[in-house]
Amino acid sequence: MILDSAIPSGPIGEKWTRHKFELKLVNPANKRKFSVIVVGTGLAGASAAASLGELGYNVMAFCTQDSARRAHSIAAQGGINAAKNYTNDGDSVYRLFYDTVKGGDFRAREANVHRLAECSNLIIDQCVAQGVPFGRDYGGLLDNRSFGGAQVSRTFYARGQTGQQLLIGAYQAMMRQVAKGSVKMFPRREMLDLVVVDGKARGIVVRNLVTGELESHVADAVCLCTGGYGNVFYLSTNAKGSNVTAAWRAHKKGALFANPCYTQIHPTCIPVTGDHQSKLTLMSESLRNDGRVWVPKKIGDTRSPDQIPEEERFYYLEEKYPSFGNLVPRDVASRNAKTICDKGMGVGQSKLAVYLDFSDAIKRLGASAVSAKYGNLFQMYEKITDENPYKTPMRIFPAVHYTMGGLWVDYNLMSTIPGCFVLGEANFSDHGANRLGASALMQGLADGYFVLPYTIGGYFAGTKLDKVTASAPEFEAAKKENEAHIHKLLNVKGKRTVASIHSELGHIMWENVGMGRNQAGLEKALAEIPALREEFWKNVNVLGGEGSFNQNLEHAGRLADFLEFGELMALDALHRKESCGGHFREESQTEEGEAKRDDENFCYVGAWDYKGVGVKPELTKEPLTFDNVHLVTRSYK
Amino acid sequence: MSGNMNLTLKIWTQKNAKSKGQFETIKIGGISPDMSFLEMLDTVNEQQMKEGKEGFAFDHDCREGICGMCSLVINGLPHGPDNLITTCQLHMRKFKDGDTIVIEPWRASAFPVIRDCVVDRYSFDRIIQAGGFISVNTGSAPDASAIAVPKDQSERAFDAAACVGCGACVAACKNSSAMLFVAAKVSHLNYLPQGKVEAKRRVLAMVDQMDKEGFGNCSNLYECEAACPKGITVDFIAKMNREYLGATAIYAEKVYGEEM
Ligand SMILES: Cc1cc2nc3c(=O)[nH]c(=O)nc-3n(C[C@H](O)[C@H](O)[C@H](O)COP(=O)(O)OP(=O)(O)OC[C@H]3O[C@@H](n4cnc5c(N)ncnc54)[C@H](O)[C@@H]3O)c2cc1C
Ligand code: FES
Repeated sequence: MILDSAIPSGPIGEKWTRHKFELKLVNPANKRKFSVIVVGTGLAGASAAASLGELGYNVMAFCTQDSARRAHSIAAQGGINAAKNYTNDGDSVYRLFYDTVKGGDFRAREANVHRLAECSNLIIDQCVAQGVPFGRDYGGLLDNRSFGGAQVSRTFYARGQTGQQLLIGAYQAMMRQVAKGSVKMFPRREMLDLVVVDGKARGIVVRNLVTGELESHVADAVCLCTGGYGNVFYLSTNAKGSNVTAAWRAHKKGALFANPCYTQIHPTCIPVTGDHQSKLTLMSESLRNDGRVWVPKKIGDTRSPDQIPEEERFYYLEEKYPSFGNLVPRDVASRNAKTICDKGMGVGQSKLAVYLDFSDAIKRLGASAVSAKYGNLFQMYEKITDENPYKTPMRIFPAVHYTMGGLWVDYNLMSTIPGCFVLGEANFSDHGANRLGASALMQGLADGYFVLPYTIGGYFAGTKLDKVTASAPEFEAAKKENEAHIHKLLNVKGKRTVASIHSELGHIMWENVGMGRNQAGLEKALAEIPALREEFWKNVNVLGGEGSFNQNLEHAGRLADFLEFGELMALDALHRKESCGGHFREESQTEEGEAKRDDENFCYVGAWDYKGVGVKPELTKEPLTFDNVHLVTRSYK
Repeated sequence: MSGNMNLTLKIWTQKNAKSKGQFETIKIGGISPDMSFLEMLDTVNEQQMKEGKEGFAFDHDCREGICGMCSLVINGLPHGPDNLITTCQLHMRKFKDGDTIVIEPWRASAFPVIRDCVVDRYSFDRIIQAGGFISVNTGSAPDASAIAVPKDQSERAFDAAACVGCGACVAACKNSSAMLFVAAKVSHLNYLPQGKVEAKRRVLAMVDQMDKEGFGNCSNLYECEAACPKGITVDFIAKMNREYLGATAIYAEKVYGEEM
């Protein structure tokens, strides 16, 4: 297979403008003749549904929650990047483009990233007009903060609730279209299948989560905006319902899955307290501006932190990276915490934590200044741990946070199935092997507000679409298949709960496909995952019925997909013998233990084609070229 | 690392919107004070399933207090006995060994029960559809810095925008009033210069929809404020009432009700 990324020709700064001009248009009066399914109502889905509705398309939007406003985007804390250069510190579209390509460790497409940077400013304009209450200064103008991986202040924020405020903006725009009748909302629905007719995506099969009924929905195009798959690790900062199901089912219908192994592990999360742990909570990256990371020098030192004198503390980041210190990028900070804990130097009951200490900052700035900056985070920490971070250092540990991999899309955001578009975290396109802070929100909104509304028109104008109804054999077959799948889940009637198997999968993934990966570990995972999948199909116990609200059945269906997907992740990680961004292959490191990229052999997107459960998928490579940002080694020493 | 708290739970169970519900009593041991309330319920469900029972349904997603999905009345209090948090942020250290805990869904006719403690809050979406937005199409926005917004005004809009739409305010009110939810959205948008153009139409349409959904009148007891996990104040209700009165006085009936 040859992957055509459809990148327009011309200089990097002109590609998008030229492409928009060259795309065929759908006449305004004809737009209402086209129907579009949008699955997912996070930043990507809500912005797409609203914008398509405004243009006059007939939109059907789906989400698993009871309201579109509750999509996982709501949880984003820190901020959203844009190249406004309001701070006059030398920012530009080109610099945002440059930082994002470099931050992604040269594994993203230049053309996509440049377009993202171009759209960034429009996003801020749009959001302010919708009433998003971004932080402002005393002059009433928009304020910016700094984030990792950049030397300019370009991050717009709304207290610690940037994701919430942006999502509410997009959700309200979508609700306005619901009132107008151009968007129809289907909450509490889970997409179980993509239906392909004559080689084109023409609809979906969903389960109505309240009644259990399987429904067919027909359209002229399907947009998957279903978020990331971090929950394959069981424990992550993602919402409990986040899943790979929609993407995976589309993959099984022919959509290639790109770079599945690229996972971002965030260094500052609240550590696990016990087996009951159901999810992990992020403590914003901004804390590393004033907090100092350390562990006791002596292994097994059980004294309370305030009893450990300065000279017996190991400030490992400051010692190892004198110029960046505690502010090294996420992947570097996470890996170092793991190495320390692997040596047995971790702290707390589990020994899987390091200290993040604010005592120096409190001495230097005073407790009230520290509180003004981080008060809400300190309070959140205290609620969860019952410890006061003003008095005792925080204990933190890395956690799975974001997935850069996703369904392969071309420049038009279309997957390898014509008419199936993929937006937001669910696609693979803009962050390469490592995402910079504050750029996921930017990407989701760029895709939905400013990219898809153009490219989908190009698709409709250039494609012949026959009339299809829900009684087409393809829909009937998909429904039957999914009914059978549900019956199969309910009829295993084994002894183990869904959660216990999910947690075991998470353990396999975390140990072998987590922060540090090596051949032996990956091969172990590739043996253990299929075995666990077999155990699941032999011994899971899914209670309750199919014709009612059944959270256990929902979870079981998602886990069944994770049990297949996890294998692909491990396989991708095994094949990529280099280290890049969040993907650290222990065999490929420099003498100082830093990630070593192999541009000669791995400067490509790895896209996998499904061949059956347990059958080795086929790899297709999309070569990456860097004409503008030249390949260099990232260094933070 | 399980703990050693033993508890008696009285949990509301109900098959669907039409059936009659009842409390079921469950005893559970080995609860750690470090567990979140929902992790305690996960433990209960794991135990139930091991006994071949289906377990209890409750809504949740982010489990960090921001999506507004979790919604339990715990010992009579929406989101339980701690302040300024959602159910998912409540921890078991707020309870003692031997406690009996009563767990119920939000109770309001505008929030019908779907199953056990899971309710349907689509009525909130319909209130937003009535006017909880600023009419600006994608691509038609002026530069973000074209209009300066005084910091205090923007901060007040933000205080209102912090609402997560969980519905605790409704559950806390003896009249099941949605005034705090509606007032928060009206205030968020009406405080901002961008939202002023449609301010009058917005308040009228949203209040009208709220009434249609069957939410009750404000009882002026401020239980909603006490239950709100985001600290939204009843001052916004007063602001909305003033705006509503102003709008009804000025707005001719013929204008109101036109296509928006
Ligand atoms: C704690 C946290 C903090 C973060 N902070 C930041 C930040 O400060 N800045 C930043 O840029 N990024 C941040 N991120 C990342 C960012 O929030 C996400 O990458 C982004 O919001 C994803 O948006 P999305 O629209 O792609 O998907 P989501 O918001 O995850 O939405 C997915 C949607 O798909 C629906 N869905 C899923 N599966 C199905 C199915 N099978 N059927 C039907 N519907 C389905 C869901 O209901 C939901 O509506 C953070 C992430 C986390 C976890
Ligand atoms: S689960 Fe999201 S607020 Fe509680």
